[in-house]
Amino acid sequence: MNRNKNDEEDYWNSTKCKAFIFDDDDEFTQLKESKRAVNNLRRIVDDDEDDEDDDDVEKVTWSGERVGSIAWSVKENSLSTRASEIRDEGFARSQSSHAQSAVTKPLSTYSLSSFFKGRNREPPPGFYGSSRPGSFLSLSDSVIGSGSTNIAPDLRKSKFDYKDSVIDWNALETVRRMQKAKPYSLEKFRSLKDKLQLVDEAVRTHDGNVITAVLIFLNKTLSKEVLFPELGLRQGALNHFICYLKEMGREKVLMELLRALGRTEEAALLHYKQHLNITDQIKKTDFVKSCIGFSFAPDDATHVEDHYTLLDRQLIIEANDKRIEAAGQMDIFKRYPRKASILNMPLITTLYYACFYHYGESEGTFSGPGNLRKTFKISDKQYVLTALAARVKLKAWNDVDLLFTTKNWLGYTKKKAPIGFHRVVDILHKNNAPVKILQEYIALVDNPELKLNLATKYKCHDIVIESYKDLKDRQQLLMYRKKVDRGSEEERKIDIILNNSQIRWKN
Amino acid sequence: MAERWDAPDLPDFSILKRLAKDQLVYILEQLPGKKDLFIEADLMSPLDRIANVSILKQHDVEKLYKMDNKLVQGVSDQLCFLVRPRISSVKHIAEIVNADKAIGRLRKYKIIFSPQKFYMCETVLEEEGIFGDVTIDEWAFYLLPLDDDIISMELPEFFRDYFLEGDHRWICTAAKALHVLHSLFGPFTRTYGIGRCAKMTHQVWKQIVEDTDEMKQCRAEIGRAFFIDRDVDYVTPMCSQVVYEGLMDDIFRIKCGSVEFGPDVTSSDKSVKVLLNSQDKVFKEIRDEHFSNVFGFLSQKAKKLQKQYDKRQGMDIKQMKDFVSQELKGLKQEHRLLSLHIGACESIMKRKTKQDFQELLKSEHGLLEGFEIRESISCTEEHINRQISPIESLRLICLLSLTENGLISKDYRSLKTQYLQSYGCSHILTFNNLKRIGLLTEQQPGETLTAVESTMGKLVTDKTVGKLTDAFSSLARKSHFRALSKKLNLIPRIEEEYDLRVPRDMAYIFGGAYIPMGCRIIEQVLEHDSWTGLEDVTRLLNGNEFISTEGSSDTSASSSAQRLILLFFLGGCTFSEIAALRFLGKEKGWKFVFVTTAITNSARMLESMLETSS
Repeated sequence: MNRNKNDEEDYWNSTKCKAFIFDDDDEFTQLKESKRAVNNLRRIVDDDEDDEDDDDVEKVTWSGERVGSIAWSVKENSLSTRASEIRDEGFARSQSSHAQSAVTKPLSTYSLSSFFKGRNREPPPGFYGSSRPGSFLSLSDSVIGSGSTNIAPDLRKSKFDYKDSVIDWNALETVRRMQKAKPYSLEKFRSLKDKLQLVDEAVRTHDGNVITAVLIFLNKTLSKEVLFPELGLRQGALNHFICYLKEMGREKVLMELLRALGRTEEAALLHYKQHLNITDQIKKTDFVKSCIGFSFAPDDATHVEDHYTLLDRQLIIEANDKRIEAAGQMDIFKRYPRKASILNMPLITTLYYACFYHYGESEGTFSGPGNLRKTFKISDKQYVLTALAARVKLKAWNDVDLLFTTKNWLGYTKKKAPIGFHRVVDILHKNNAPVKILQEYIALVDNPELKLNLATKYKCHDIVIESYKDLKDRQQLLMYRKKVDRGSEEERKIDIILNNSQIRWKN
Repeated sequence: MAERWDAPDLPDFSILKRLAKDQLVYILEQLPGKKDLFIEADLMSPLDRIANVSILKQHDVEKLYKMDNKLVQGVSDQLCFLVRPRISSVKHIAEIVNADKAIGRLRKYKIIFSPQKFYMCETVLEEEGIFGDVTIDEWAFYLLPLDDDIISMELPEFFRDYFLEGDHRWICTAAKALHVLHSLFGPFTRTYGIGRCAKMTHQVWKQIVEDTDEMKQCRAEIGRAFFIDRDVDYVTPMCSQVVYEGLMDDIFRIKCGSVEFGPDVTSSDKSVKVLLNSQDKVFKEIRDEHFSNVFGFLSQKAKKLQKQYDKRQGMDIKQMKDFVSQELKGLKQEHRLLSLHIGACESIMKRKTKQDFQELLKSEHGLLEGFEIRESISCTEEHINRQISPIESLRLICLLSLTENGLISKDYRSLKTQYLQSYGCSHILTFNNLKRIGLLTEQQPGETLTAVESTMGKLVTDKTVGKLTDAFSSLARKSHFRALSKKLNLIPRIEEEYDLRVPRDMAYIFGGAYIPMGCRIIEQVLEHDSWTGLEDVTRLLNGNEFISTEGSSDTSASSSAQRLILLFFLGGCTFSEIAALRFLGKEKGWKFVFVTTAITNSARMLESMLETSS
């Protein structure tokens, strides 16, 4: 806490921004006070509570949905769907209810139809309705037919539908008509030149809807060999075509397109993406293996290979551990039954798993952490972090100790942590390590100031006292004396130091 | 900060809700009789804001279903589908229709596309052989007012579709949405913009205006409009938000203007859904505040409330009666809100303390100012190594790359490898997307070697060169963000301490460390009513800026309309940006109407870059 605060002040002073400390005690106390005040009020409020009207806090069901909200109602339905029998609505009833609703339909103050509805729309009567089986209400059909907007272009209306089919709209006019949802026809765009002009005009409208519409027409009327290279020259149109194919789920065509345009890296990624849809782990592994030959960028090629190796390794580990767990052969599986399978987990999770269940296995075994570390070239820092987290969880303090012990060539042991001992302490603390262990590692922190801060934070009195002694800071030591328990070992220790006439105090 | 006396009033945007509701009712009436309504998940919350179940029931909606990929039969003889114009939705509907056909069941079907239909959706109907069996309608629900001054198109997919895929499908939609506002609250006399999408939207909108019959000549309420693309400023949304509403959004995810507080906030076993807008008196006062001010405010408020309750002591019966009938209800409401917000603050504090938020902010500020880049990289690495949060880690990588104008190859590769190891290999797809959209850049080798570096290299011995290169590569590299930040004065350099209680500029939204770039550009252009002086800035942003005078010049709009300015964010804006601009408005006597394709934040933007199984 103290450390942070000091750090903060240093930093903020230098940047002229006011420090705002998220774990500041003061702010928290303020908040706590407010809360207490409000909670006290609650009693008063509850006393007065005789006419509870929830006008701003909405009623919420157990699942958190507002009662009467649409989401809530939907949920209710999905619950009752199976139980409710399908009612047979007779025509008579349905018609009468329509009549009723037509009468009760509220009149809106603003007439929207003129506002929202497109103009100049006269689709042929019965265009929607006449072919529909069981059409019983011409009223609704005609209303739909004449009133609704038709902003999206409609290719199916061939020229036979229109009396003015003779009119020859050029590419620009056609595209504009499509945009405004007026009748048009694409049939006359038969030459390649005309088709390309059409697509170029469409792109110029910036209307993606029209662009895609034209591309669908082109896709139907041109061979791939002709269409693809032309799209290659038109990035804007190409983007739309790719999106369309993706949305339609036409991966094969898309792959062909990308290959034809020489965009092999994109094609490789697209192919690789399909592994996301495979749930079966063995099939997934095989699929990723099949990706290896594709032309990925150099770094991605390595990653894909690693991906395959990892999946493959996970299959082996999983099969093995499942067997061992079932047979009850290893104690660790009995003490900590596996919660989930390791299949399809990231490498670091797999490493953690290995450090948890297979620590100390030789580098030769697939499941051991040493093997994973070597195969995937995991950095020291990453390895130590993961192994530490796993061993701390198991309270295997001895392993933790060994993790940081190195021997030099003379055989002396030395403690070393690639992540810095202050991080080690942090991880230990977050995993509820006892003070005794914490103290051991706080003592190893190099930076004296950091060490003091950590020791203060985690109440490692001995280190704090020693640090102040080393700093010859009599005042701080006096202050600290007030914080330790009266009559404790620590107090005595402080007194001995304070009475030590050998020390030349700086204050 | 108090508003200026001459600040214009906001128009009443609730008319947009009424219009949408009425049109939906009108469409439902087109299919008379009992019907089941299938609603796409993404449309449920917006729909909830403008209609409720009883309105739907009034118009013969028998049952409501959420559209998911399960095949639901429904109970009525008429099925209505309310969907976004997506191929997958249409294919799902086709499945339902064809399943009916297979068992010889006759029903009526209607698809309502919102806000518009797309041609490709109709082709799917055709291909599936159900064209003609299904009627199609459009529900022109373009705009949802989330608050007095925020209007959202609720199209989060706009960001990915346009900026990543380069698909122009929503541009026309955006233009039409703007046209709605223009016809109701315009005419605009002046428009400004920056970005490719902004430019196109402006063009399409002009075309629509031209094609529409002459507009009624009315007094304009909104006089000016500014269009801005999200990719003009990626840095701002990638920063941690620290104004109250922004933090709320980052932590609880505000959805369609409402938030769900779990048991940890309500300190009961129930969850509560709360609308967060200016109707909430407590929220209204703290939403734009830096989080550090919020506690003070809440405790003050709590004390005041206590005092008001204490008044009861020593009241006679008549006074008590008045108190109960007049004040008590208001007090109770305030009390309820207050305890909710205090609960929310506590929950925010708890979570932020756990994840070393302070250290994170420090590292972010370092990046913005260009200090201690190495420290920030190792902070990011640690985040990744400890598998803290995949999205948070991505955010840090992107912020690093954006502020440094790309990562040097070595850093890029190493961060990417560590990321893939921690969160899974399939993220090579995510990285590819981030690169394509420009949130992440790998510098090409050679780019980093600057003149200073190479001369230094000659001067010193080989051994020190390595170290120097490291030191220099982060300093001397060309960086658009740095250049832009310098030209636009984004990092306040003030000698005295920045008092967050009395903000002096928009930087307060980031604790005084950084003025959001997009907002600064808007400020500069509006103030000078031109782009002159910003040539260097626009050049670094790839141009595409414009300014245009609309309509006939003789109808010079009133000065209050000139100060009511519509801001159109294409690709989304954050609550922090809104807070900053509200502050700016108060300073300058302007009022902004925030129109956005969606409210966004770093998590939403980055999540939209992930690839999922189809």
